[in-house]
Amino acid sequence: MSEPTQSIETTPQFVGKHEVAPRGAAPFRWERKAMGLHSLIVYIFLYAPILILIAFSFNEARQTARWEGFTFQWYGRLMENKLILNSMKNSLIVAGTATFACTIIGTLAALALGRYEFKGKGPTQALLFLPIIIPEIVLGVAMVTFFGIMQMRLNIWTVIISHIVFSVSYVAIVVRARLAGFDRSLEEAAMDLGAGPVQTFFRVTLPLILPGIIAGALLVFTISIDDYVITSFVAGAGATTLPLQIYSMIKVGVTPEVNAISTLLLLFTLVMIIVAQRLQQQPSDKGERK
Amino acid sequence: MSDTSNHSGKTARVLIAPSWLLLGIFFLLPLIIMFVISFGMRGTYGGLKPITDLWAYISSGDFLANYRQSLDGLYLPIYWRSVWMAVATTVLCLVISYPIAYYIAIVAPARWKNLLLALVVVPFWTSFLIRTYAWMLILRTEGLANTVLLQLGLINQPLDLLYNELAVMIGLIYGELPFMILPLYASLEKLDLTLLEASSDLGANHFSTFWRVTVPMTMPGIVAGIVLVFIPSIGQFVVSDLLGGAKSMLVGNLIQNQFSIARNKPFGSAIAFELTAVVLVLLMAYAWWSKKKGQEAML
Repeated sequence: MSEPTQSIETTPQFVGKHEVAPRGAAPFRWERKAMGLHSLIVYIFLYAPILILIAFSFNEARQTARWEGFTFQWYGRLMENKLILNSMKNSLIVAGTATFACTIIGTLAALALGRYEFKGKGPTQALLFLPIIIPEIVLGVAMVTFFGIMQMRLNIWTVIISHIVFSVSYVAIVVRARLAGFDRSLEEAAMDLGAGPVQTFFRVTLPLILPGIIAGALLVFTISIDDYVITSFVAGAGATTLPLQIYSMIKVGVTPEVNAISTLLLLFTLVMIIVAQRLQQQPSDKGERK
Repeated sequence: MSDTSNHSGKTARVLIAPSWLLLGIFFLLPLIIMFVISFGMRGTYGGLKPITDLWAYISSGDFLANYRQSLDGLYLPIYWRSVWMAVATTVLCLVISYPIAYYIAIVAPARWKNLLLALVVVPFWTSFLIRTYAWMLILRTEGLANTVLLQLGLINQPLDLLYNELAVMIGLIYGELPFMILPLYASLEKLDLTLLEASSDLGANHFSTFWRVTVPMTMPGIVAGIVLVFIPSIGQFVVSDLLGGAKSMLVGNLIQNQFSIARNKPFGSAIAFELTAVVLVLLMAYAWWSKKKGQEAML
């Protein structure tokens, strides 16, 4: 976040995508500076609360916002808290299972959408798009009603099913994007060299789209482990996930333990997202094994 | 590929079958059931009241009871608040986001671009709940803002910063901002800068170039951003539950209450369906607009 404004001062010439300053884009220096300053403030707005939360998780003070010294004790306390440990376990089970299912189902759908023209392609796209755009609360309400009508007891499986439902589209979208930038001649070459469709898929197609699949999987894992709204409707007794546990702790009151567990979850998802981003950016390169 | 279209159609159907099975049973069916239940009545124990005579039930107009109840004056302030807060969030996000998207796409040095963009994307994916909670640390009575203000001697008494509509607005804007910046960036990035040059050569000052060239050219991003911010804002309930007080209840909280405290699922389903209808109408309007403009929808 280091001041983007600086670089403008040192480079008097307009530098952007284009070498020469297009007249009319942002002709005046003060305009560019003002925009840079505005951007800096927005970045501070986006990151300050997160950094404050992380800082507080190391603060000795229990009640106040004053800094009373550095401590790891709140993290230590977490390890003794059975409720938190149990909710972590549940979250990992849910996210792991949902990721596994979404990766397979979503990749298959992406292959169909990216490869073939077929009847019902439009509706299929709409179907995969809807779970993302329908308000989460509506989805939660609809699912808990459905489970009730079907007489399915709310437990960890109802959580897993609903997580698969709202995450599968992300894999489909990410993998499809990867397929779009895919050199079809490689597959044709494999076929010409005598490989069957199955062999071609596993030896050529799959390795090439693998970064997309992994990125999609990481996103699903992140979305699943972060979800509160839908989970709060469909989780039965004993299926409390980490966000549900955090939420109930927040409702009781702000404590350093909440800060610590929130920081851990935040950093965990941060790492996942950065890895996913990297995988999505790289074009087909770096021979994945086989 | 050398496949005949018939063959490839079959392959495609096999590939999409799991998605249809999953989403058909656990997504479409629940939505349909919710819709049907919204015409039902609450039973004694919070379940559904069995209907003995379907025809009489329909002809008496009872099946619309939940929808009539949802229009009761009691709930109007909640809808009104949900709408104006969503509108205000959308407008403020647009005003805040346009300059930063412009900066990243056009003004910033090329080598900074990826980093600046990544810094917007990261909060987009991290826990909404935790990011909302972080504001509680700042705004609560013993929170950071009050501590700092007291220390500086600017106030004598802690201010009530949390549990009001302002706090909810801050939380909404904070949560939805990346949803606006990203589509704006995507369309500004595609903007043909020679058009701006042409406009300027033809004698337009940069103010009118902005309003008459840049804004119309980036309209797809603006509209996509509006849709992407408005929809989650109007269905929000975590932010208002954590940062708002009893007086800042939104339609999301109203729905949630029907399923937890009030135990009136048919009524909750009716409001949830109304919310869904609003969202779908908005999306259809968006699709219609994109088609009319001959542009591919960004969503």
